[in-house]
Amino acid sequence: MSALSERPANPVVGETVPHESAALHVTGRALYTDDLVARTRDLLHGYPVQAPHAHARVTRLDTAPALAVPGVVRVLTAEDVPGVNDAGIKHDEPLFPSEVMYFGHAVCWVLGETLEAARLGALAVEVDYEPLPSVVTVREAIEAGSFQGAQPTMERGDVEAGLARAEHVFSGEFEFAGQEHFYLETHASIAQVDENGQVFVQSSTQHPTETQDIVAHVLGLHAHEVTVQCLRMGGGFGGKEMQPHGYAAVAALGATLTGRPVRVRLNRTQDITMTGKRHGFHATWRVGFDAEGRLQALDATLTSDGGWSLDLSEPVLARALCHIDNAYWIPDVRVNGRISKTNKTSQTAFRGFGGPQGMLVLEDILGRCAPLLGIDPADLRRRNFYTEGQATPYGQPVRHPDRAVAAWDQVVQTGDVDSRRREIAAFNAAHQHTKRALAITPVKFGISFNLTAFNQAGALVHVYKDGSVLINHGGTEMGQGLHTKMLQVAATTLGVPLHFVRLAPTRTDKVPNTSATAASSGADLNGGAVKNACEQIRERLAQVAGGRLGVPPADVRFEGGRVRGLAHDTDEIRWADLVTQAYFQRVQLWAAGFYRTEGLHWDSTVFRGEPFKYFAYGVAAAEVEVDGFTGAYRTRRVDIVHDVGDSLSPLVDLGQIEGGFVQGAGWLTLEDLRWDESDRPTRGRLATQAASTYKLPSFSEMPEEFNVALLEKAHEEGAVYGSKAVGEPPLMLAFSVREALRQAAAAFGPPGTSVDLASPATPEAVFWAVEQARARAAEHGHVAEGFPGMVPPQPNGDVPRYHPRSERPPAEQHALSAEV
Amino acid sequence: MNPLQATVNGCPTDLGEIRAHTNALDWLRDQGLTGCKEGCAEGECGACAILVARPTADGGTQWTSVNACLVPAASLDGQEVVTAEGLGTPDALHPVQEEMAQRGGSQCGYCTPGFVCSMAAEFYRKERCDGAGHPAGGNPAGGHPAVRQNGNHAQGRHTPAERDGRAVTDHEHGPNGFDLHALSGNLCRCTGYRPIRDAAYALGAPAEDDVLAARRDQPAPTPAATRVSRADGEFVRPADLPEALGILADHPDAVLVAGSTDWGVEVNILGRRAPLTLGIDRLEELRTFSVSDDVIELGAALSLSEIETRLAGRVPLLDQLFPQFASRLIRNGATIGGNLGTGSPIGDTPPVLLALEASVVLASSGGEREVPLSDYFTGYRQSVRRPGELVRTIRIPLPLSGVSAFHKIAKRRFDDISSVAVGFAIQVEGGVVTRARIGLGGVAATPVRALATEAALEGRAWTAESVREAATVMRGEGTPMDDHRASSTYRSAMLGTALLKLHAENATPQEVGA
Repeated sequence: MSALSERPANPVVGETVPHESAALHVTGRALYTDDLVARTRDLLHGYPVQAPHAHARVTRLDTAPALAVPGVVRVLTAEDVPGVNDAGIKHDEPLFPSEVMYFGHAVCWVLGETLEAARLGALAVEVDYEPLPSVVTVREAIEAGSFQGAQPTMERGDVEAGLARAEHVFSGEFEFAGQEHFYLETHASIAQVDENGQVFVQSSTQHPTETQDIVAHVLGLHAHEVTVQCLRMGGGFGGKEMQPHGYAAVAALGATLTGRPVRVRLNRTQDITMTGKRHGFHATWRVGFDAEGRLQALDATLTSDGGWSLDLSEPVLARALCHIDNAYWIPDVRVNGRISKTNKTSQTAFRGFGGPQGMLVLEDILGRCAPLLGIDPADLRRRNFYTEGQATPYGQPVRHPDRAVAAWDQVVQTGDVDSRRREIAAFNAAHQHTKRALAITPVKFGISFNLTAFNQAGALVHVYKDGSVLINHGGTEMGQGLHTKMLQVAATTLGVPLHFVRLAPTRTDKVPNTSATAASSGADLNGGAVKNACEQIRERLAQVAGGRLGVPPADVRFEGGRVRGLAHDTDEIRWADLVTQAYFQRVQLWAAGFYRTEGLHWDSTVFRGEPFKYFAYGVAAAEVEVDGFTGAYRTRRVDIVHDVGDSLSPLVDLGQIEGGFVQGAGWLTLEDLRWDESDRPTRGRLATQAASTYKLPSFSEMPEEFNVALLEKAHEEGAVYGSKAVGEPPLMLAFSVREALRQAAAAFGPPGTSVDLASPATPEAVFWAVEQARARAAEHGHVAEGFPGMVPPQPNGDVPRYHPRSERPPAEQHALSAEV
Repeated sequence: MNPLQATVNGCPTDLGEIRAHTNALDWLRDQGLTGCKEGCAEGECGACAILVARPTADGGTQWTSVNACLVPAASLDGQEVVTAEGLGTPDALHPVQEEMAQRGGSQCGYCTPGFVCSMAAEFYRKERCDGAGHPAGGNPAGGHPAVRQNGNHAQGRHTPAERDGRAVTDHEHGPNGFDLHALSGNLCRCTGYRPIRDAAYALGAPAEDDVLAARRDQPAPTPAATRVSRADGEFVRPADLPEALGILADHPDAVLVAGSTDWGVEVNILGRRAPLTLGIDRLEELRTFSVSDDVIELGAALSLSEIETRLAGRVPLLDQLFPQFASRLIRNGATIGGNLGTGSPIGDTPPVLLALEASVVLASSGGEREVPLSDYFTGYRQSVRRPGELVRTIRIPLPLSGVSAFHKIAKRRFDDISSVAVGFAIQVEGGVVTRARIGLGGVAATPVRALATEAALEGRAWTAESVREAATVMRGEGTPMDDHRASSTYRSAMLGTALLKLHAENATPQEVGA
């Protein structure tokens, strides 16, 4: 057990506690950024002018009519930007564009005394456009050669040789949709300027430091002139990692130009039509199996739908490549990646960050090929699991592969999988119009930012004279329970009851240079930093206590708000008394903590290294029932065993697993981004741009029976108090639902039927899969058989070099000069 | 005129400088009640849910959950409203809040106040508390017992509701009588819903000293005649039907608002700012309900929830419809007259009412006329309703046919818009179809009757073979289109399978009178 992972006696971590803000949530008292409007005087409201073209040049922009609208105060345009006119860090996201790059792109922003005045002002702005040819779908982009960013290749062994020696070679194609984050709280920022020109931005952001950087570079300021605070978010899911910056910058620009607080809050229509989403992907693939169904080789080319700007598409693609293996050993691998440039929103981070997309490609392959191999899909998956000593295609040894096995066995056992499969077979034999199926799928997910530099965090811990504790750290709270876990970590390290500790909102003037709260790493990184700060304080207090108790400082123990010597018969000091005493001895009672993840390395140019601290594992078994008349279906039961290490906070972790699973099921079955691909004037418009047309999972999608267990004996040496990250990995447990739907559809045909299933697998998509099973039973979907098969397109020699997340340049800031 | 005033969380509150188009959500937030959240502004997410005091048939009050984003603030004049802030405080949580907080029912917390209000409405629903009778919503999918054993959370420690003497515990009803459909209009993006369900199913009955429970035994506030006049529009709630018809005669372009579930969307999403909005939701003349031997009359301004409660299962086809019609939050506002008044081709009541051979009574200052619903729709959002007319009642003739079903094809089972909707009412006597009425939605510019299919069925035996032939005819009904909800091929396919599904599930139907 490492010093980082070891828990003291009776730790507060591991206790089941409600979310730290639960009482505020349920009473409506919890404040979100836009709730500050009612508390802010003289506030101005921003409203965008959105372009009605997928691609066009702005030939005239006349703001005068807007200024004639009562209540309109100002219109912000490119001319107003004192710094860099860019909402991102790659110089491809002009904040006020002269070229419209997607339908709904904001060309300028109107500030009004009321939201209604700003809205009417935006309607009055006159803009002329010269429409330009547009690329809307990823297939169009492939055909047109419209790509952006680098095109990496992940390669191990000799894929041609692997395929040549394989008993069975299949090839095919797969295209699947992205996903809208649909955090219930849309993007919101409120900016104000103080008497000294200091800009204070409250923003719903997962990455306050980067919001600060972008606001600074747009305004032409240094970072120390901008402070960003995030109270909490009403959901993020990756959608507030890169996307908030531009809106915060618009608010900040408005505030500096008017001297008044400015609010920019997107309504749902604006949020869904303007902000980036999960990338949809296109994949072409060849796969080889030996006679027993063991994977021999995988040759694939993945093309992500990047939208109009690069955003986080490169690191998303890197993670997709790094997860295409999921939990399976594949000796010979060649996977190429590329990012299409399309006239759509700028696709971005979304829970899993490309990992789900990479894994989906292989799970789809296994689901389609299992019937062709004559092997039960569950057996095919289980047979290909990694074993100890094997490494991923990018060269990282797979540690603890036995945990995937343990989770699998536990799901099979506690989920009664064998007997239920017999019941399902009997049910299907007795029912002509309704079929059931059960599918079981694993997850292996790498934890850490691919980019090594991001794996650092800071914290600031104050102990006040009365013994009360205030902690601050660089992570943001979006509902994932990070703050709850950090309170538990602090209480554990200091040995005080949980209620001694409070947590203040995330601010860039408290903890600087933070990483995004992303990549599931929030608790690992910030927990390490909080623990480090608390340890510094505890060690100082141990000196004081040692003197008082007459024991060596190393023998002082802190527990439950009491401090005593190692031997049980020593005196006890109350925590608050010790703190007071330490103050009078002039002992520093606060500390800045820091943490960086050790042992990571990653060379993006050859796509090799050990980018992940560890892997998180999980297994899910899902049972569905499909109606053959309509394709409608229900999820009857789901059993999950998931690996969270030694849980820091079981209720929080359970919530992440269940919520991630349902969100993943939403992506794969229900949530339907429909872009206008026609040649009508509305080409490029998102047709499903509201909650009424873009349907999220509701109560009707919750599994009727839902059993979740945390994997036992799962201590993780490399993370704070033996825990593991939990934010993203459970999302991919939802593959079990999709594969169960495929198997249920296939059950309408004869045994051995392979069916293609569109993603999302809406009732309509399932109906067509059922029809395929019924009508084309003798054929095998669209999978081709035989070597060499359909060879995926290979990059030519002059593709751009890869710049992964680890190599992205810092946001442009004008560096402080020594000369004044 | 006295200033407009609503009672919010027990405090009389001036409505102040609201405009005709100000919705209740924005107004409440302006009052500092920011627990009420905007998630979608079109009544789909429930983050803005609040409780309003609404009258019950027996003269009491029901705490009714509605979407604040869809309600004109002006219509709150004289009404009583409770928000999440009014239910409890962090130091004194309401039982609903306590269960939600302790069980992990909130993560990001943004949807939570709305969930709390929807859950509180069901908590206070008397039929649930009394543990009696017909659980609202029913359960068309059939019962599938599935109670999750959830660790240390006690199961069934509260008195279970009973139906026909048996505890109702299926995957949409809790052991405490809680109907999960009460939450069908609330979306959560974080939890996956299981802890919210467990919180709902753990609720007991309101305590003896629960003020809101006691309030139910008093009458609901009477509707106030209201007028808000601003430069950018006017909202008028007349005192009675003659006044309403008089205003409508003078201003035929006035926007009629009852449940305002369409009004809210048009105002919030489409930016509609009508010069005159006429609130007819509380007019007693439009809220009549009667059942005689040969006809059921439903007042046009009754909400779908009110109709559901009052019919109490008398019309099985409507009972199939209700839980599939939008969400409880919407059904608590949306009226049956409004669903016909908008004339949408994808409204869910028309296919059912067409199958029931309903007619519509239209009233104007010049008098009344009755129009069969099959003659009512004339084009996309067009009907025979003339300027100056409004829908007063809907009449459903009795007796009802023996085989009836409502098939709704949609992406999501709860709270979605139909891509295809089919209402069936088929009478089988001596094994022969004597009468077939089929209403279709989503396959033409208006709701339509499947006349060719009806003809293909009538006089034929109710057998798999003849039904297969009629299904082929039905596949060709209407003129389905491609859109983001479904392809035209799928819509046609669904027309083609609907009758097969109906027959498979009713191969040996109960023959009325047999």
